Amino acid sequence: MFVICEADFEFYLSCLTFLRAISLFTMKILVCISHVPDTTSKINFVDNNTKFDVAGVQFIIGPYDDYALARAIELKEAAGAGASVTVLNVGLADTEPTIRKALAIGADDAIRVNAEPTDSFFVASQIAELAKGYDLILMGRESIDFNGGVVHAIVGELLGIPSVSPVMKLDLDGTKAKLAREIEGGKEYVEVSLPFVAGCQEPIAEWKIPNMRGIMSARTKPLKVVEPKNIDQTVAAKKFELPPPKGAVKMVAADNVGSLVAALKNEAKVL
Amino acid sequence: MILVFVESAEGKIKRTSLEAIAYAHGMGGPVTAIALGNVDATELTSLGKYGAQKVLHAADSKLNQGIIQAYASVLTKAMQDEGADILVLANSSLGTPVAARVATKINASLATNVVALPDTSSGFVVKRSIYTGKAFSVVDLTKPKKVIVIKKNAAEPKEVGGTAQVVPFTLALNDADFAASITSTEKATGEILLPEAQIVVSGGRGMKGPEHWGMLEDLAKTLHAATGCSKPVSDMGWRPHHEHVGQTGVKVAPQLYIAIGISGAIQHLAGVNSSKCIVVINKDPDAPFFKAADYGIVGDAFEIIPKLTEAIKQSK
Repeated sequence: MFVICEADFEFYLSCLTFLRAISLFTMKILVCISHVPDTTSKINFVDNNTKFDVAGVQFIIGPYDDYALARAIELKEAAGAGASVTVLNVGLADTEPTIRKALAIGADDAIRVNAEPTDSFFVASQIAELAKGYDLILMGRESIDFNGGVVHAIVGELLGIPSVSPVMKLDLDGTKAKLAREIEGGKEYVEVSLPFVAGCQEPIAEWKIPNMRGIMSARTKPLKVVEPKNIDQTVAAKKFELPPPKGAVKMVAADNVGSLVAALKNEAKVL
Repeated sequence: MILVFVESAEGKIKRTSLEAIAYAHGMGGPVTAIALGNVDATELTSLGKYGAQKVLHAADSKLNQGIIQAYASVLTKAMQDEGADILVLANSSLGTPVAARVATKINASLATNVVALPDTSSGFVVKRSIYTGKAFSVVDLTKPKKVIVIKKNAAEPKEVGGTAQVVPFTLALNDADFAASITSTEKATGEILLPEAQIVVSGGRGMKGPEHWGMLEDLAKTLHAATGCSKPVSDMGWRPHHEHVGQTGVKVAPQLYIAIGISGAIQHLAGVNSSKCIVVINKDPDAPFFKAADYGIVGDAFEIIPKLTEAIKQSK
């Protein structure tokens, strides 16, 4: 009896291996998320302009990363049982509520690299270290704090795989993907095989709002904390600056648009 | 030696790439430009006027499409062959990812959204735009090699009266670099492209419906401007997504931005705050956009737009 069970188990395992080999049965998606100030935040700095002022600031999942996460969950649901979505964040412990929100939205597990995300190359190197073995690596086109817009391309280069950004549409067909990417004044359609990296933006998917069940289950989903890989820094941040304050608006009467044209020509010198 | 990647569209060099040459020239040069794929020969020669001493042209037809990995390999090889330690590019959907890959290949310091020339009095310090134009970060590029992606208007293209020698650049392309293939493109041709426009005319919900865009387009045409819109307008499908200006849309940095019927949500302002001059036309005198504007008119857009178009025509 025992022997039979063991044989059955072995058969099951070999079936699983077979299924893995032939299909997207165990498609593994990695979604990299940033933890950034809400888009309505007032930006200020402290400590002699060397640190972002977090006072009164609400932090969120990067809006572009949120699109990537939403599409990842749709792809996982379409792929069926066995597919998984892992979220990855490079950040200190204060980013955990943001990571838990991603779990509540539907990711299965999470990894936090315990380090301050100082610059694009640093963050991309940490991601590349953990991204091996994933079929699809998604993130936003850029983080809305430092706006580098390069993490996806650096991860792609470090892993030696293609990267496409900003992606507005991503459909899978077996191990191939069809993407639409926004370019200046239009769209470009791209075909690429898995694995690859995509920097996402709207309208790739609709943002998902966590439901109560998601919020409850997020509490117990695995969140692994790993220490950062030591990498050679390529840039050194010196300080932050705010733009000079804007002068007062000059109002022009609605029946005197001619004076506006004159001002744009002679005063602002932009016509 | 500074290498500048010049991007082209329909055979013509983009203005933003002329800005990149002006930026490299402003750093003190010498400047070598490199163009890939199909570019008009006269366009390549003309780069001398803007400060390039030499122009490399990788004319392989496989490079007629902007394949990111292939472009990165070509630029890396050009940097090695020319002994360049700095690469300058203009921010674009092609230039920025290419820059990232080159920097990774050659272990260079990388900075994107750079707004001003470097300060080399101590280190190699550049200023970059962050928080979607709401702040700047000052960073030292500490590696011997640097890759700099400039934001629009970081330098003004100027004719400096030089001549450039155009040299073919050939290399063996690697098939693996073509793993992502471009199957087709949909591109507005002949129009002034929003991210590159010197003048932008944008409409918001105050325009009341897509059927009223004709007058806004007339104004844009008179000004040789691109048209943009607010997020609600693109969300409602009044205008295509690539015209959405704002935090999660296109960030513009024109000389003149005219906003009509847009209240000025902070997310919209984030996409326009690098504009040199902002004009706001809105019927609500309390619209928050007026606080961010240089000039404002309170009134009915449908009355003001035709008058403004007429006044501009007359002033020419």
